[in-house]
Amino acid sequence: MNLIDKIEKKQIETILAKREVPEFGPGDTLKIDVKVVEGTRERVQAFEGVCIGRKNDGIGSSFTVRKISYGEGVERVFPLYSPKIQAIHVLRRGRVRRAKLYYLRGRTGKAARIAEKVTNRTKSA
Amino acid sequence: MRSGVIAKKIGMTRIFNEGGQHIPVTVLQMDTVQVVGVRNQERDGYTAVQLGAGSVKVKNVSAAMRGHFAKASVLPKRKIAEFRVSGDAMLDVGATLVPSHFVPGQIIDVVGTSHGKGFAGAMKRHNFGGLRASHGVSLSHRSHGSTGQCQDPGKVFKGKKMAGHLGAQRVTIQNLEIVTVDDESGVILVQGSVPGPKNGWILITDAVKKIRPDSAPFPAGLLVESSNFQNADETIISDDESEMQTTTKSPESEAAKDDMSEQFNETEMPADAGAENESASDES
Repeated sequence: MNLIDKIEKKQIETILAKREVPEFGPGDTLKIDVKVVEGTRERVQAFEGVCIGRKNDGIGSSFTVRKISYGEGVERVFPLYSPKIQAIHVLRRGRVRRAKLYYLRGRTGKAARIAEKVTNRTKSA
Repeated sequence: MRSGVIAKKIGMTRIFNEGGQHIPVTVLQMDTVQVVGVRNQERDGYTAVQLGAGSVKVKNVSAAMRGHFAKASVLPKRKIAEFRVSGDAMLDVGATLVPSHFVPGQIIDVVGTSHGKGFAGAMKRHNFGGLRASHGVSLSHRSHGSTGQCQDPGKVFKGKKMAGHLGAQRVTIQNLEIVTVDDESGVILVQGSVPGPKNGWILITDAVKKIRPDSAPFPAGLLVESSNFQNADETIISDDESEMQTTTKSPESEAAKDDMSEQFNETEMPADAGAENESASDES
């Protein structure tokens, strides 16, 4: 097991040297810049939505992002350490009480809102 | 025809290639794979190399095998396997093989011992469909059905697929691809799965159905520092010895220790083999 950890760690380090992985969790609104290859040209495509869950598994770590696209719910699972991801931006932090926000799948519009997480206020108060 | 290698299955993980696709890989490790013996045309009627891998406590090795390892001047090996080679690909006894024996992208065959499943039913063992869940079927939903005809053959044909022992047998997987090799850690990454449990022994050879790439070293990928090899071996011996002395504290180990030190002397100087070990002295 130790040897596999080493191999995975080495790979993660090479990815982290290229780009940063910000701290984020379920409920946060993310914008992911994904590299897309069209023929011979490579361009960056953004995918913006709510992170509804993370999976922590070394190099196999991933996270799921959900958004409503033209009235249709779209979910995309990104490997956290994929070289195809150019950058992950956290646009908004959400306050949620679940690790996996699968309940959002049954909701749209007003019911699918997530309150913004207020940071540092609780400490000073 | 080149020799293969012995490796240990460590487990599986994934790696990302340049295109961002993830590749499932099996991690195999070569642990001091050395040539323990050779078979040649004059004496044995065929050409092959006998490789050994891993390490084993000397006290757990039979006297006969100790003599065999001493003759080759290698430390006792856990796993021994023979690989047929062509006459021009013969290796020297005591040579160490490294993962760069293979090159990334090369197609290989692997041999392992599959997971043992015990006594398995016909559904699991031969993918039979079983019987119906209802319509009068009782107590035999997972059984095989009929096993033959009537009075005419009056017997069940040989080879009829039935329940029985499944797994724990030698399995060969052909045409797997080498992803990376690393001499420093002895690691070989192979795309896809290989048979058997973790820590199982795996034999890797060049694919029989593909042409070996020219970049693969011939006759074998050997450890470069062959001149320092003897010294390196001795340091390993001394390390092991000190470790054994600290770990063995039970009273009965006294005799074993004597035996061991004697064995180590033998390993270093095969000519001065102990009188007790007759087989070793005969051979040397």
